[in-house]
Amino acid sequence: MSNAETPAPAPAGPPPVETLTIKVDGRTVQVPKTMPDWQGKPQATTMLQACALAGVDVPHYCYHPKLPIAGNCRMCLVEFGTPVMDPATRQPVKNEDGSVKIARSVLPYEPGTPRGAIGCATPISPGMEIYPNSPATKQMREAVLESLLINHPLDCPICDQAGECKLQEYSVQHGQATSQFVEAKVHKPKAVDLGPRIMLDDERCILCTRCIRFAKDIAGDDALGIVNRGSYNTIAAAPGMKFDNNYTLNTVDLCPVGALTSKDFRFKMRVWFLKETKSVCTSCATGCNITVGSREDTVHRYEPRENDAVNGPWMCDAGRLNYKWIHREDRLKHVLIRGQKSNWATALKELTAKLATVAAGSAAVIASARQTTEELYLLRQLAAKLGALTDSVPRTQQADRLLVSADRNPNSNGARVTGIATGELGARLPLIAAGIRAGTITTLIVFGEDVTQCGIGADLLARLELLVVSDILPNPTVAAAHYVLPGCAHVEKRGTFLNGKGRLQKFLKGVEAPGDTRPEWEFLHELVHAVTGRNGYTSMEGLFNQMAQDVPAFAGLEWAKLGDQGVTVSI
Amino acid sequence: MAFSVPASLEAELDELTTHYPVKRSASLMYLHALQEHFGFISPEAIAWTARKLDLQPINVYELVTFYPMFRQEPLGKTQIKVCRTLSCALAGSGALRDHYCKKLGLDPHKHVPQTTPDGKYTVEFVECLADCGNAPVVMVNDDLRGKVSLAEADRVLTQ
Repeated sequence: MSNAETPAPAPAGPPPVETLTIKVDGRTVQVPKTMPDWQGKPQATTMLQACALAGVDVPHYCYHPKLPIAGNCRMCLVEFGTPVMDPATRQPVKNEDGSVKIARSVLPYEPGTPRGAIGCATPISPGMEIYPNSPATKQMREAVLESLLINHPLDCPICDQAGECKLQEYSVQHGQATSQFVEAKVHKPKAVDLGPRIMLDDERCILCTRCIRFAKDIAGDDALGIVNRGSYNTIAAAPGMKFDNNYTLNTVDLCPVGALTSKDFRFKMRVWFLKETKSVCTSCATGCNITVGSREDTVHRYEPRENDAVNGPWMCDAGRLNYKWIHREDRLKHVLIRGQKSNWATALKELTAKLATVAAGSAAVIASARQTTEELYLLRQLAAKLGALTDSVPRTQQADRLLVSADRNPNSNGARVTGIATGELGARLPLIAAGIRAGTITTLIVFGEDVTQCGIGADLLARLELLVVSDILPNPTVAAAHYVLPGCAHVEKRGTFLNGKGRLQKFLKGVEAPGDTRPEWEFLHELVHAVTGRNGYTSMEGLFNQMAQDVPAFAGLEWAKLGDQGVTVSI
Repeated sequence: MAFSVPASLEAELDELTTHYPVKRSASLMYLHALQEHFGFISPEAIAWTARKLDLQPINVYELVTFYPMFRQEPLGKTQIKVCRTLSCALAGSGALRDHYCKKLGLDPHKHVPQTTPDGKYTVEFVECLADCGNAPVVMVNDDLRGKVSLAEADRVLTQ
């Protein structure tokens, strides 16, 4: 993962980039001489990259900008030409009209036949001409595509990849309507259990080896390979071994066809029915950017959304599959006052009255670092008014070498910058527990945590005069609450998280929340306004902009400036 | 029976590894040696090779499945390789192999090496044995036989 910062205006301007002048489709373009390879190291710019810079898409299967180049699918073959050089003077030979004479690449033993080169692995040279739309290029693509489809089962109607399959897309753009192939197809293993989360259909595979390269070079688990030979080539793990690391599901995204499928998503939903919402993973402080796929208020999958400042194009399996809780049957769906169903108007009115009379210093707020920055900010306002102690709950586990952070809270830094927590999360929890035990703290407001797990047991909760709890799922703290305010999952609301490296990222709402639940920031806004008398915004945008004025780390920020990829702030 | 490579063989292979710029390059030689010793390449042999050469089992398994000369099951005591490349095919090697299959109770329609249940014979089609002038050619273990008639073929089985 590169640590690229947000494009900040460099004071002296970027260093001059050495460029080459070439022609793409007859248009003269200047392209950098080198471009970053899959590891970010500068390498000679390839024909494929040059075409992309010229706005021409060269179809490809095995090439992926974040994987080592393999050059095996041949789909990116393009016809090209280079200037003819005079052997004596080593200068380009000119045509009669003064233009540089170009020699089109041809077969050495058959000068009438154009010879393509693979765009992904052929470096450009000065004066080169690339013909990505020439008849010869088109013919080569048709032939490659036909060859790739020879043993493909064409079971698109029941294939999970249908709708986001490069075989389908390129067949539409570059394929032929009919196949000349009349022989029997080679049959290969189907429904191969490659690992706990991956199912492989070898007949659909086009042997691009993206999965092999990802496993070996990105995940560091050299578990996959190509076995057998010729038409019987098959992707496989070694017998008796499983493809099981925390990043296996990325191979499903990488697979340009329907060979690698997610056991979780397989046969569940046609992809074209999915609504895509830009969001952020909540499973750790890395804050991988994700796309939530949902249909009619049901989340069906998370997929990584490329952000080179955070997660590149990948995410871990644990984070990807961590969405089932959103639709759990036992979600808190009702406002409860001492265990009885109530409504928001009553609860907020009663709470306003009670909180207005709370003696200074007799309250405490424990707000999860899984709440959004805006919610933490509002809770901090409330705490300031009440003179309350505040804290969050730490979640520390083992980090890995790729993406998983040791901090499993998505917004620990959000809790820090808003002042809910200082430095080490949870440092003030013993103080709060002691205060409750001593009877000096009689009001406790808990958002998104089960405090019985962190030193404030049911016996202490029973001593409180007022226990206000907002959560998503039932737990012992919810059970002990005088007021239960049902909250929303991140995909049911908008907000921001500040990740472990200080990247402030927004996420959007994908699905409606169940029952009477409301986004916490909405009802907190009402409550905080009623208790503190402070207002000035009516929307998430307004709230964020207000927060940006109050929180020094966010100075100068606006909701609209966060974009899809977030911004890095100094923390 | 536990898989165990004799110390002498292991020492020989360790020495061999030093001849290559990278350990992985010795993979094929390991597999040849292990097949020579055990008669076939078992999953344990693959795992052992991978461990010795700092590879993953899949790296070795790819090789074993790529080359037809590597066996993953034990072969018969007598291996009968019938050439099916052009000269031999024209000279009737198809009928020759069918004959062997029929005699030994094997399926002539299966195009993979087949071993009799008693483990005595393995019959398989192979590509050119480089003796086209004497087609059809059959190799019995390491012994090459040319111009093999059906009667000659039978003699192999009775020897």
